[in-house]
Amino acid sequence: MTSAVLFRKVSRHFGPVRAVDGVDLDVGAGEFFAMLGPSGSGKTTCLRLIAGFEQPTAGHIEIFGERAEGVPPYRRNVNTVFQDYALFPHLNILDNVAYGLMVKGVGEVERMKAAEQALEMVKLPGYGRRRPGQLSGGQRQRVALARALVNKPKVLLLDEPLGALDLKLREQMQEELKSLQRALGITFVFVTHDQGEALSMADRVAVFNNGGIVQQGSPQDIYRRPKSRFVADFVGSSNLLPPDVMVSLGGERRWASLRPEAVRLASEGPEALVENVSFLGSATRLAVDLHRTRLHVMLPAGAEVPAVGAPVRLAWSAEDIHYMDDAA
Amino acid sequence: MTALTVGKPHSSILAGRGGFAGALSDAFWRHPKLLLLLMLAPPLLWLGIIYVGSLLALLMQSFFAIDDFSGVVSYEPTLATYGQLLTGTNLDIILRTVLMAALVTLTSAIIAFPIAYYAARYAKGRWKAFFYLGVMLPLWSSYLVKIYAWKLILAKEGIVTWIFAKLNLSFVLDAILSLPVVGGNSLSVSYLGTFLVFVYVWLPYMILPTQAALERVPRNLIEASADLGATPRQTFRTVLLPLALPGIVAGSIFTFSLTLGDYIIPQIIGSSRLFIGQAVYAQQGTAGNVPLAAAFSVVPIVIMGIYLTVAKRLGAFDAL
Amino acid sequence: MRSDQNLRSPILLKIAAAGGLLFLHLPILLIFVYAFTTEEKSYQWPPPGLTTRWLAVAWNRPDVWSALTLSVQVACIATAIALVLGTLCAAAVSQTKFFGREAISLLVILPIALPGIITGIALRSAFSLFDIPFSVWTIVLGHATFCVVVVYNNAVARFRRTSGSLIEASMDLGADGFQTFRHVILPNIGTALLAGGMLAFALSFDEVIVTTFTGGQQATLPIWMLEELIRPRQRPVTNVVAMVVVLVTFLPILAAYYLTRDGDQIAGSGK
Repeated sequence: MTSAVLFRKVSRHFGPVRAVDGVDLDVGAGEFFAMLGPSGSGKTTCLRLIAGFEQPTAGHIEIFGERAEGVPPYRRNVNTVFQDYALFPHLNILDNVAYGLMVKGVGEVERMKAAEQALEMVKLPGYGRRRPGQLSGGQRQRVALARALVNKPKVLLLDEPLGALDLKLREQMQEELKSLQRALGITFVFVTHDQGEALSMADRVAVFNNGGIVQQGSPQDIYRRPKSRFVADFVGSSNLLPPDVMVSLGGERRWASLRPEAVRLASEGPEALVENVSFLGSATRLAVDLHRTRLHVMLPAGAEVPAVGAPVRLAWSAEDIHYMDDAA
Repeated sequence: MTALTVGKPHSSILAGRGGFAGALSDAFWRHPKLLLLLMLAPPLLWLGIIYVGSLLALLMQSFFAIDDFSGVVSYEPTLATYGQLLTGTNLDIILRTVLMAALVTLTSAIIAFPIAYYAARYAKGRWKAFFYLGVMLPLWSSYLVKIYAWKLILAKEGIVTWIFAKLNLSFVLDAILSLPVVGGNSLSVSYLGTFLVFVYVWLPYMILPTQAALERVPRNLIEASADLGATPRQTFRTVLLPLALPGIVAGSIFTFSLTLGDYIIPQIIGSSRLFIGQAVYAQQGTAGNVPLAAAFSVVPIVIMGIYLTVAKRLGAFDAL
Repeated sequence: MRSDQNLRSPILLKIAAAGGLLFLHLPILLIFVYAFTTEEKSYQWPPPGLTTRWLAVAWNRPDVWSALTLSVQVACIATAIALVLGTLCAAAVSQTKFFGREAISLLVILPIALPGIITGIALRSAFSLFDIPFSVWTIVLGHATFCVVVVYNNAVARFRRTSGSLIEASMDLGADGFQTFRHVILPNIGTALLAGGMLAFALSFDEVIVTTFTGGQQATLPIWMLEELIRPRQRPVTNVVAMVVVLVTFLPILAAYYLTRDGDQIAGSGK
């Protein structure tokens, strides 16, 4: 089966800056793929390489088996939802959505019909006559989505699509995007720096750092088995246990990660001191000091909460300790 | 790189638009430098060749001198013309012009500040537009008409004399006119008149950048200063003025430069003593001494060069 | 310090600001009174009487009409040239980052940053060097040179406000360079160009300093006025022409203001 997007040793250097350096990427057809990483990690440049706004300095890019290097963005059947939406301020919503069809020479009647349908799909029927300035952020986001999808792209690229929305709207849009992707079967590639967003929406996640991919896999995989301290730290709020602490706990002399919700308060086990207690609603988070290392412990709702300064004993099962590849 | 994959239906790569426009568009996309070059060539050729070329040709002339006997320019490189520039009357002309430009700039800044400050801080909505147009319209209305208006105002039989007479203050006007150097037969033939018209004509150029700079001062900065216990006077001196300074300096570039090179205002309203602009005009015209005219025009260029370097240090360019 | 007290009591500030604005406007208003005076020989105030007779006299003066025609002609051509050159330059400077863009900005601003008399003499000596006779075109050449900057300033401001992602969005949706220019760039910068063009027109229409050097025997309206100022022949006609010039230049300025008011300001530094 052909991949939707294939990168082989792709690099993009801006002078001495290696924005993307030797990336191998393989996005399956129909997949919801997330590129996750801090700003400057190369994820957005990768997205722009797929869209055609950037050209690789070295390496090879294929979109559905066809070579994409040297092909201008306007000749790629790939569309983008921009971070700032980039709606045309001089056109109304309907003309915005129909723009892609208009420049491809689709007739007036046909393209307006398609645009109306696309607006219905994003739950904005009847908004066609308005101007972008008259819509809320969430509505503009939906228009941007309709404007891209109306072209029936082979791959839809989303650049931090939910970054500008408030929390409640963001959660709602996450679900909608997911079900839209499932219904249309189009490959979605989206860039985000929000690990929660990546984990909750994507089928597969690539974690970026310093211009390269440091780990690729399913959200569960990446969350449970981070390969490196960077991934463990960036994805989720895993506890990082340094090698010497691991030795004193009877483990190997290597870095390990331990998820807060895997830790229990018990009557036996290593002793720690409670330093802070935060009530989070669905759970309570303790910060404890274990052998001079700060650990987080997630207590389920209803559990008894110790006082700050109280000594507690910690327990976890051996399989929750995950050793990482980093050098000790 | 072959990019022309055939546009199969549902292909991930679409066919080009074809035709000349399509091919050209692809070429521009592939070679952005080519497009840049094509866009820059016409303006750069025009400004670079016609304008800068003429300018350099003029400046070259200042290194020639006029032959004292024949009155013809001799094309031998010499610094004699610059020597002439720095003697007696010519030096007086330069000093007089620079002094006038400095005074005009200073006065404009003082008059402009309250207008700019009010427009930037207090005027809202409709009043803001009123202030903006109130500055823009005089700025853009005809230069000559403005000068003409002042010829009417300052004339011996004009409105100023009339107002002083109505207020029974004619003796004050007479006292001012009898002052040495700045006075004269009437305001329209005095330095004072020249000064007034310069201030009037260039004032809007001072207001606009000052206002723009003041508008960029965040309001909460002033509140923060007051919150930290600064009196309004201290806030003005330590917060507002330093932040507005780049704007004032940007405005002063205009008022200073424009005064330095003007030859029409002192010709119409003023005494018979020349300014740089008039000297340039006279030297190239009636006197037929183009080298000296060229040397004279180097003076404002050099002064403005120094001025702009200092202004750049003060961050005035960001306020233009 | 005076302004200190303004801060303490906005009343003083208000008086200073209002006084400043009056200082800017009263002289221009005075022109309107003088256009109707019955006095012919002097600038007497108050006018001994009012009459509309001079409007008709000015209307029937052929020298005024030919000067006006020349001015309009020159301003139109100079504006057209400035529009093309200024837009190209602004597009290049704002769309791409390249070495030397600051130098290009400086080059565009130079013709108005340097005193007009220098531009004027430089052009004049270049004309005489190449034996180019004075004509409408020599005037246009000078005017277009300093009009580029107003178009450039307006266009650059608008390009800066037009987010770069709009162009990428257009390309992404399948529009090539020409389609993007026609459907996205042009509609977005259109009003800025119109405003810049009007200001360029006003600038050219009013220009006198450079024109004295590049005009030869031809008189544009400002040149005509300058001659009247130096050697008055019929003062009331000058009064009427001055009034008309004020009215005519106000229109493009107001139009340019309304075209650009949401967002960028008319580049006042352009004049």
